[in-house]
Amino acid sequence: MIDATRRPPPSVPALHVHHVSLRYGDASILEDVSFDLPAGEFLAIVGPNGAGKSTLVKVALGLKAPQKGHAMIFGRPAGEQPKRVGYVPQLKTFDRTFPATAEELVVTGLRRSWPARVRGAEAEQAQAALERVGAGALARRPLARLSGGELQRAYLARALVRKPELVMLDEPATGVDFLAEHDLYDLLESYQSDTGATVVMVTHDLSAARYHASQVLVLNRRVHGYGAPEVVLCDECLEAAFGHRHHAHAISV
Amino acid sequence: MSIFEALSFPFFQRALIAGLAIAVMAGLLGVFVVQRRLSFLGDGLAHAAFGGMGIGAFVIVSADLVGSRVGFINHPILIALPFSMLAAVVIAWLRRGTRLSSDTAIGVSFAVSVALGVLLFSLIPPDANLGVSAMDLLFGSILGVRATDLWLIVGVAVLAAALLLGLWGRLGYATFDDELARADSLNTDRLELVLFLVAAVIIAVSASVVGIILMAAYLVIPAAAARLLARTLAQMTVLAVGLGLVSTVAGLAISFYLDVPSGATIVLTQAALFVPAAVFGRR
Repeated sequence: MIDATRRPPPSVPALHVHHVSLRYGDASILEDVSFDLPAGEFLAIVGPNGAGKSTLVKVALGLKAPQKGHAMIFGRPAGEQPKRVGYVPQLKTFDRTFPATAEELVVTGLRRSWPARVRGAEAEQAQAALERVGAGALARRPLARLSGGELQRAYLARALVRKPELVMLDEPATGVDFLAEHDLYDLLESYQSDTGATVVMVTHDLSAARYHASQVLVLNRRVHGYGAPEVVLCDECLEAAFGHRHHAHAISV
Repeated sequence: MSIFEALSFPFFQRALIAGLAIAVMAGLLGVFVVQRRLSFLGDGLAHAAFGGMGIGAFVIVSADLVGSRVGFINHPILIALPFSMLAAVVIAWLRRGTRLSSDTAIGVSFAVSVALGVLLFSLIPPDANLGVSAMDLLFGSILGVRATDLWLIVGVAVLAAALLLGLWGRLGYATFDDELARADSLNTDRLELVLFLVAAVIIAVSASVVGIILMAAYLVIPAAAARLLARTLAQMTVLAVGLGLVSTVAGLAISFYLDVPSGATIVLTQAALFVPAAVFGRR
């Protein structure tokens, strides 16, 4: 008898992107992007503004449908396994008029709906997730009163509360200070070390990609490099993606 | 005569029950209308109801159905309801499927509906004796609620409240962050369409009682006041319904004692509750 709950064998990539192409009208956003990310890796997606980095993450999550190709998470089509994925979106300007506490935001990660009341077990899980990200004191605080860094921690707690096997973050360091950014990378590495989870992070910070990621994808509509950071973050790849060499001096490989 | 004596009259009882039912529906709906910045939606759909009533009245008069003994068949609401729902579908499609902003999409529907209503009501003879007039629709006639109207209002209130409460968590999540909700496999397009359709039904049924012109106020003011006082979405929902109920009772009482239009006094009572919320509410 087949155990339907058995996880896919380790050979199934955490993220499989197969010849993905996406256009908005006449504008090409992604062109024939393909790669496989093994489970347990930390992938940094780097590239200039407008390279399609965020779009690629959204295709992986099933939020955008490519004209060609497909993406799969743990062997299943994008968007079919939301419980296995923890997503931290870009810290865009969120609606500060929405009446909500940090605890409620975290509980949406468990329930996938907005809570009318946070019950005992959920409250404990939310508190534990917030403490893990160093935001334990923020549980009852209104989201409108949180700083950029505190809000980012709350979103990260929300993503991690369901103990995902794949964590996807879109420019998580935007709008946070240096110390908070440093804490963020430590948190991700700690979570990955404890659970063996896979991390995919879009970032503008080539140094962070070099020091924290085990795999780097250099993207500018097309893939200009994929592999170990010391190999991929070379002058040639970066010049091909960014259009000039000057970015390379910011990192040591 | 005291207010308690007035309550012994069936017309006043119907007015009170209709007002309370509308307050519940409008409170539950208004929370999402305010948080999604769709305050203009109430106006748009109320005017769609006006257009639908015009079409319904014209059809009834043209088909010589005035005075028919067959239940609702002689009431324009039969046409107004599907017309309002069609307007809601069009607005939802224009919002999601085109580059038009919400207010533009609503504005287009608004203008077309009003023009239709004005045109068609102008073609109906003054002696048609439909039981509903353009003036009643524009300004409301809560004290003129008939028994058949009341059954419809209460029935819609029960169904709409059940649906909105059943979908509350998912609607709340999609309202907070559409992308986050979609990443968790919620079909936010479908949720929004359901919300707009429920809004169309609530507004069409309520607008003929409280008036097209004041309908938006019923949706927006209690929810806006609740937002200023609430820490959470659940608190906001309870407060919006509560403020709607209190303003309905107080507004009806004030209109009784001052002998002035009830729809207006209810809205002014809502405004009176909004002011202290704005002054003393949360920052």
